[in-house]
Amino acid sequence: MQENKIYIHPTGPLFALVGNPNCGKTALFNQLTGNRQKVANYAGVTVERKEGRFTTPSGAHVRVLDLPGTYSLYPRSIDEQITCNVLMGRATGEKTPDVVICVVDATNLRRSLRIVLAVERLGSPCMVALNMVDEAKARGININAEKLSNALGLPVIATVAIQKGGDAALRMAIDQALIKRKSATVTHTSTETSVNFATHTPTAHAPAHAPAHATTIALSSAHTATPVEHDHQRIQEILRDLSLDRVIPDLRSERIDQIVLHPVVGPIILVAILFFIFQAMFSLAEIPMEFITGATEHVGSFITTWLPDNWLRSLLVNGIIAGVGGVVVFLPQILILFFFILVLEESGYLPRAAFLLDRIMGSVGLSGRSFIPLLSSFACAIPGIIAARTIPNVRDRMVTILIAPLMTCSARLPVYVLLISAFIPNQLVLGGLELQGLVMFGLYFAGIFGAMAVAWFLKMFTSKNSRVRPLMMELPTYRWPRIKNLAIGLWQRAALFLKRVGGIIMIMTIALWFLASFPGAPDGAVGPAIEYSFAGMIGHALAYVLEPIGFNWQIAIALVPGMAAREVAVSALGTVYALSATGDAAAESLIPIISAQWSLATGLSLLAWYVFAPQCLSTIAIMKRESGGWKIPLIGLTYMFVLAYAFSWVTFNLATRWLG
Amino acid sequence: MLLNLSPSSTPITLEHAQIGVTYRVLSVKADTRLAHSDQHLKDLGFLPGEHVILKKRGVPGGDPIVVRIGSSNFALRRAEAACVLIEQA
Repeated sequence: MQENKIYIHPTGPLFALVGNPNCGKTALFNQLTGNRQKVANYAGVTVERKEGRFTTPSGAHVRVLDLPGTYSLYPRSIDEQITCNVLMGRATGEKTPDVVICVVDATNLRRSLRIVLAVERLGSPCMVALNMVDEAKARGININAEKLSNALGLPVIATVAIQKGGDAALRMAIDQALIKRKSATVTHTSTETSVNFATHTPTAHAPAHAPAHATTIALSSAHTATPVEHDHQRIQEILRDLSLDRVIPDLRSERIDQIVLHPVVGPIILVAILFFIFQAMFSLAEIPMEFITGATEHVGSFITTWLPDNWLRSLLVNGIIAGVGGVVVFLPQILILFFFILVLEESGYLPRAAFLLDRIMGSVGLSGRSFIPLLSSFACAIPGIIAARTIPNVRDRMVTILIAPLMTCSARLPVYVLLISAFIPNQLVLGGLELQGLVMFGLYFAGIFGAMAVAWFLKMFTSKNSRVRPLMMELPTYRWPRIKNLAIGLWQRAALFLKRVGGIIMIMTIALWFLASFPGAPDGAVGPAIEYSFAGMIGHALAYVLEPIGFNWQIAIALVPGMAAREVAVSALGTVYALSATGDAAAESLIPIISAQWSLATGLSLLAWYVFAPQCLSTIAIMKRESGGWKIPLIGLTYMFVLAYAFSWVTFNLATRWLG
Repeated sequence: MLLNLSPSSTPITLEHAQIGVTYRVLSVKADTRLAHSDQHLKDLGFLPGEHVILKKRGVPGGDPIVVRIGSSNFALRRAEAACVLIEQA
């Protein structure tokens, strides 16, 4: 199918940030444009192209593209492909960048200069942002930017992307590049200015600016060496001339790795970290949760006393406060979980964890490369599924997309915490561990084991050819998490959660309130009015299907709007029970109600349901987008519903028999 | 390319390197089971003359491994390491 679309590019010169993964492109992009794109300390954080704008010191309006990191212009995975497409002018809806800013890691020049030479060979005008000069200096690597600029024949600007004003020199250089570009297009002559601005033709392997002996070497081996080896030789020459050819290892990271990657101690540390996080989620969240519960109950009873008993009061108290307030309570726990995930992301530990888990993942036909996408899915399956773009192997990528929704996302947290608080006694076991935290840990593991089992099952059908899966995963330098990044990350997460609460959760709750309130009870009815409403009818109908797994009609009602988003089930239960309540006990919190009205078997069965059930429409939509068709999302929907029903049935029956 | 083949420095593959010993990369060869692995290994910096040290072997089975190439650390699969020809530096 031929698409004849005309793309109108926004005006203004386009600069693109290109470089190795984890060299600070996004940090620089944020610094230049005032954006707040996610930064972290591992390769493959950015997997999409992002656009930003800023005004240069002289007042020019410039567009900047942040691109996924790549080691070369031979892409291995979809994220690297995006970068290459933009550089070659093949990206849909975007023109070829006017100037490429090659971001170079000053602590690792040997590797990062190769991409500069490769980009230069494409013929794009380029300049070099020598990033992390602060870290390099601390490690004893002093780079003379001017000499490097002369050797490369390109402008080289020192930057510290993580520091306010660390991009000042780059802003000025962008201005100079614009002036240079303008004069070049007007007069077509290239006069030598203080900034060497080189535009090489694709055939120019040995640039004129290179030292004479480098050219000789390049020519002497021209018949055998590939462009990569050419560039390597040239870079070695340059580094030797700048006396930077000594490899200075990062001793601190090496020492940490001695412990963290130790065959015995390493896995113990990994399990201990995860364990600690789940314990902390319960023990630290207690006080803020009590505060939020108290506040919502207070508002509820305030409205109840001041408004007359009419439909508006019912909507406010039974619909919005009982429903939405029931979800907001879980914000502290979500933020605590995120705090720890952010710390791990910033520290550089995640790729190490992926290394330690590679063998286990290999046994189910995946590789360590699936680890970070799957870990991101603990936040939300959507970024996790998008992050799967970094997986080079197509089959592995599809399997990762299929199992990512089984990772316990933060939207499941409200459901889990509600049910655990209602059914699992709050007591210490095994010498000081919180039983509730242990059960939470168990639920996370149930999701992980489920995902592993599905991957193993899929391996039986799709992994006949015994190809070796590429790993080639960089282990970055350990860094202290930056408070600012943690704060921004937490703030963004809180804002996103509250936006969901005010958006989809609110809408679904109000819709449910309507369905659950109309039509009203007929004259002479005995039960609560909701039993006669539309929602009551739907619930009773669904209860036939869900009865074998122990769900009552109230749960059945809550699961329907819960398809839109998992937390909605909690707000829906809040509304359903508030409306079922007789008298003025409506503003009461949900936990005591369900612990009194449901059997333990029902509670456990619903927990099992939530481990597997595909209760999220956005996830299905993103599975379709990322896999490019309906096949993967349909397989996903089917297997998740089947697993959810089967496990709930088993849980319900076992629990009924043994626990009563 | 000319190799200095003295008896003490027989070329081996990175897969069989000793932990903690500094080696020099001689060349990278292709493996049919790993598409474009040679190109990708070169992209990461496995280029003639670069220093490489085997840091860790995964447990169990010694797969994957952690190597330092130049000044960066990478986790590699054994099959990937088998493509890299090295000699003692």
